[in-house]
Amino acid sequence: MNNDTQQASLAATTDREAVIRVRGLRTQFGTQVVHEGLNLDVWRGEVLGIVGGSGTGKSVLLRTIVGLNKPAAGEIEVLGVDVLNGPEDDRRRIERHWGVAFQDGALFSSLTVLQNVMAPLREHTGLSEKLMESLGALKISLVGLPQLSCGKFPSELSGGMRKRAALARALALDPEIVFLDEPTAGLDPIGAAAYDELIGELQQALGLTVFMVTHDLDSLYAICDRVAVLAEKRVLVEGPIEDMTKVDHPWVQEYFTGPRARAAQQKGQNR
Amino acid sequence: MTQPTIISEYDSSGTRVRISGELLTQSLQTVEQGFASVRLTGDRVVLDLSDVEALDTGGAWLIADLGRRFTSQGATLEFQGVKPAHATLIDTVTRSIPDEPGELDKPRSLLDLIAQMGHITVGAWRDTLSILEFLGLTLHRLFRTIVMPWRLRKAALVTHMEETGFKALPIVALMGFLIGVVLAFQGATQLKQFGAEIFVVELISISVLRELGILLTAIIVAGRSGSAFTASIGSMKVQEEIDAMRTLGLDPIEVLVIPRVLALLIMLPILGFVADMAGLFGGALMSWIDLGVSPGMFLTRLKENTDVWQLAVGLIKAPFFALVIGVVACWQAMQVKGSAQSVGQRTTASVVQSIFMVIAIDALFSIFFSEIGI
Repeated sequence: MNNDTQQASLAATTDREAVIRVRGLRTQFGTQVVHEGLNLDVWRGEVLGIVGGSGTGKSVLLRTIVGLNKPAAGEIEVLGVDVLNGPEDDRRRIERHWGVAFQDGALFSSLTVLQNVMAPLREHTGLSEKLMESLGALKISLVGLPQLSCGKFPSELSGGMRKRAALARALALDPEIVFLDEPTAGLDPIGAAAYDELIGELQQALGLTVFMVTHDLDSLYAICDRVAVLAEKRVLVEGPIEDMTKVDHPWVQEYFTGPRARAAQQKGQNR
Repeated sequence: MTQPTIISEYDSSGTRVRISGELLTQSLQTVEQGFASVRLTGDRVVLDLSDVEALDTGGAWLIADLGRRFTSQGATLEFQGVKPAHATLIDTVTRSIPDEPGELDKPRSLLDLIAQMGHITVGAWRDTLSILEFLGLTLHRLFRTIVMPWRLRKAALVTHMEETGFKALPIVALMGFLIGVVLAFQGATQLKQFGAEIFVVELISISVLRELGILLTAIIVAGRSGSAFTASIGSMKVQEEIDAMRTLGLDPIEVLVIPRVLALLIMLPILGFVADMAGLFGGALMSWIDLGVSPGMFLTRLKENTDVWQLAVGLIKAPFFALVIGVVACWQAMQVKGSAQSVGQRTTASVVQSIFMVIAIDALFSIFFSEIGI
């Protein structure tokens, strides 16, 4: 079993398939240019962490890839489909293959947690009500929420529970790619570590590709296979987190060799 | 894409279930029935998964659920030909299957209905007390602002005067004009029968100045600005901005409510006056076209027979309407809890309640004025 996964990850490194391909991306709001000539590849089955200072457009990049934001120029391909100019049908089809968990959950406030998780199933599958409820309850249990929360409304949940519920909704259709926007921001250290572990476990069990915008150095060390640093309006460097300390750039140096980074690194090694 | 299939064979030793194809959430509806209809014979079940090409949590749930059903009936379960990746997934899912489904809604009894009525009645009484308390609080802050005018947020006041007053001018003027036109037109047809066309002037001036001008202006403002007040303050409530103000020592009533209520108090009489004038103009125009009452004659008749009190009686009501609209809108906003849906509900309630209150107060004023003989 263990051998198999090792082989699988080996195969992935030698013959890797880009599930997301961004080329020459340029986004701007008015005269303010956020990205200029940004290139990025996300490989199948990896956990990619996106880091960068405030205002470098990490969330904007995420929103642009999932089509919530129209870039001024560039190409974006997800699962081989051109999300900007491809045929409408193809773009609709790939929406079922990704799940997005927004920063504050963005749960539908008029629906209960279970109904929130069932919403994508209802829209995209023809399953019976009973099976949808069972699958919804399963997803809620998978992300570590008690079954009691099924019938609750988002406003009755704590911030951490909302983040988990949002992940359950993002996973509802068993997507190939999951986008997470600051998944551990605002969680207590125990909750954040549990969330990291959860993402890692789910990624292993479901073979997910995870695109994660984060500031949490612990998460980066604990679960990210690769890190991409956004700076100077593009992806400045990308690679395994161990290589980041060797990058000769003041911001990257400060980020990955600062006191917090060293503490997180030690914690990551102890795991 | 291979459709998923499920075939079960029954023999003396037990049940053999062969599952094949792509068991993905999106194609499960074709096998859902098949899974439900597998029954148990003997005490040994073999699940053959060697032909399963793809599996996700939905498919794994069906397999795990089937296994759980059989083991609970006392059968021994055996998996055959499971790919390692599928085994992990089925394992993860089996571990996460919730023990009991979430609580279901209980059917309602008659007693619940009576209890609910009680809750509603008590709630309505508490709301009444709460809104009176809020009115008192607002009046207190309003008087304090008059005594200490430097505490007033002047920029906010001007902004709200522009939003609620200046920007409402076109719609209010158009509405007033149309009311005048309609009254003249309808009145003319009736009055012509008696040859009393000239009384159209009184008809228009009294009804527009006393009642319709200010009443309809108040209704438009309640719909336009009352809803905006509730929605904007309500959203702030959801975003915890009101709580933030309190912790900073800012009084939400003084910062948010007073500028809005004061803006309405200043602008509603002006809007009412504009509506009155537009109404008279529309009436005069229509009388001229339809009845041949020249503008000059209309004016003379207006001066002779219409007391300035008619205008005053209308405009005296404006500040009261303004206070009611502002207080109801802001009070409703403060009742917003938690979600965006609550903002919507409160905004609707705010408009309905303030329009109702405006009409009720107008009725009270009518009685009052007729008693004192104005």
